[in-house]
Amino acid sequence: MTERRALTIGGVALLGIVIGWVLFVGVPRWYTARATRTVAASPAPIAPPPPGRKIKAHLYYVADDGLRLTSVERDIAYGEGTLAQAREIVAAQIAPVAEPLVSAVPTGTRLRALFVSERGEAFVDLSREIVAAHPGGTVDELLTIYTIVNTLTVNLPAITSVQVLVDGKEVDTLAGHIDLRRPLAKNLTWVQ
Amino acid sequence: MSTQTAPAPSLSLLTREGRRSLPLVVSGDQELVGLDDLATTFQLSVQESLGAITVSYKGRTIVLTPDQTLASVAGRLISLPSPPSRSGARWLVPVEFISRALAPIYDARIDLRKPSRLLVVGDLRVPRIAARYDTLGPSARLTIDATPRANSVVSQADDRITVQFDADALDAPAALLPQSPASGGLVQNVRLADATTIVVELGPRFAGFKATSQPIEDTMRLVLDLLAPTDTPTAAPQQPQPPSPPAPPELPPSFGQPASTMRMIAIDPGHGGEDEGATGLGGAKEKDLTLALARRARSVIEARLGVRVLLTRDDDRNVAIDDRTAVANNNKVDLFVSLHANASVRKTTSGAAIFYAAFDQSAIDAAGAGGSERLPAFGGGLREIELVPWELAQTRHLDRSSAFADLLAEHLHDRVPMSVRPTDRAPLRVLESANMPAILVELGYLSNAEQEKLLATDSFQATFVQALYETIIRFRDAGSGGTQ
Repeated sequence: MTERRALTIGGVALLGIVIGWVLFVGVPRWYTARATRTVAASPAPIAPPPPGRKIKAHLYYVADDGLRLTSVERDIAYGEGTLAQAREIVAAQIAPVAEPLVSAVPTGTRLRALFVSERGEAFVDLSREIVAAHPGGTVDELLTIYTIVNTLTVNLPAITSVQVLVDGKEVDTLAGHIDLRRPLAKNLTWVQ
Repeated sequence: MSTQTAPAPSLSLLTREGRRSLPLVVSGDQELVGLDDLATTFQLSVQESLGAITVSYKGRTIVLTPDQTLASVAGRLISLPSPPSRSGARWLVPVEFISRALAPIYDARIDLRKPSRLLVVGDLRVPRIAARYDTLGPSARLTIDATPRANSVVSQADDRITVQFDADALDAPAALLPQSPASGGLVQNVRLADATTIVVELGPRFAGFKATSQPIEDTMRLVLDLLAPTDTPTAAPQQPQPPSPPAPPELPPSFGQPASTMRMIAIDPGHGGEDEGATGLGGAKEKDLTLALARRARSVIEARLGVRVLLTRDDDRNVAIDDRTAVANNNKVDLFVSLHANASVRKTTSGAAIFYAAFDQSAIDAAGAGGSERLPAFGGGLREIELVPWELAQTRHLDRSSAFADLLAEHLHDRVPMSVRPTDRAPLRVLESANMPAILVELGYLSNAEQEKLLATDSFQATFVQALYETIIRFRDAGSGGTQ
């Protein structure tokens, strides 16, 4: 009996060691190797994607009545992962558009940087033109902000809220009305 | 340049013994006073040796150095706006010498009131006086503020009202009112009769008055409501000058109504100074429009409702957003109304809209997380105190804010062009910290040429102010106004 018991204990212990090795050494090694291979395959996250690869995204423009945003479906460049895709979406959103579309984001505004936190908050750093060239007015300011907020939260479910930064800094407002000290969640009441 | 011909500038010195004057020398933007004059007035001894000027008073010394703006006062360094300068045999020092160098070593209190060129020595009560006159249809209101607080006795004899202040003197401008009243014969003049008395000279249309005084922080405000004869309302149109806000016949002044729960309102004229807000193609600026309307609303609401109206700015200057809300919170006003004008990239967009605050769920959760705490209360013991972060104060008032927004939209409807979205909610910075019902009104679109012209008209502004006034009455009477 004691011999059998010793054998069983030894077997369980050996099994434990094997499982432990697989879990704590083998799997991480395998994953690291795979991850390294992935990174090697796409060295720069904002490098142009394979030509022709596109996704469909909803972009937002000022509706005819000037009181709402209207959504337009567009093909935009594919980006690998949430962050790269978010950059592509914002770049497409703030790019100049031709009539009859009118953008609520002032012409000349550039995307300086974009970060996404672990909690899904996107921080979109835009150039000073978004303030300097803004016409003012509560509704226009709302439409400018919710253009950026909605274009990210609607197209990328991983992004839950968006905070707009200007020239790398947190700002109180763009034109004196809308509070930008906190990330803002998706709001479709401003969309037609 | 006409000021050059004015009498020689002097500083008015006020003591228990009376009033005398100290000659001033004006050099550039500096006002200078002779050290010899100060020495005789304040029993100082002045000695000049080794390149320094030593001023002594009862064993305490001030050391001045020519060409130096720093001075030593009883061993401590102070700075002056300009160094001592020689004029013939005399030394001249900037008037600030009196408040910064002399006052700290002098036995009696010295209070330099530079704007009014007044120097008060000793414990005298010399309140600053600011007066304002508002015409409101047939009646008018004279507001006299005394800071620090001073009580007054108001009496009427024949054709004058006398306001006698309980003070030693008054720090009042030569002309009490910026411009003389032109109210069609209610008041002819308001002037200083003697050191502590203001006289209101009455005109032929004067029929009666009502005086009320109310302390506001450090100020005692005396309000004289001057009434025209009630049986001659038709006299009003005969007035040669247009009264600014036309008085509506259906809503007479509510003097003597039962005490209301609405004491004070803050009106916030949006933008100001370098921040011009939206601009119209015709050149109209949002900051000017909002200020004009705010002043107009103040006149009407104060006179007809007996509610005090604070403006977050009363001139063309920039006020930080948080400071605007702070004016409302610190004065515990019962209602906050922010005035703005809109702009759109679509040139045809038009109409007025009223906003109240919106908060994301995450912000409301954060407000809830503030929770309550048991804190020591006056009179001993602990009291449950609800803690709400400053930037979320409005979360507790959203229902009443939205009710006020709906009421105002109702009163504006059919009277001014309204947006197809007449009321809305948005994360508006100026409303989020307001600890009372608070709304933001967008009067119309300056980016729309037609609206730009409309917003500047007297009729639009009068109609808007009338609608706001009626809304406030409805809100108050519905028991929604006021703080507990």
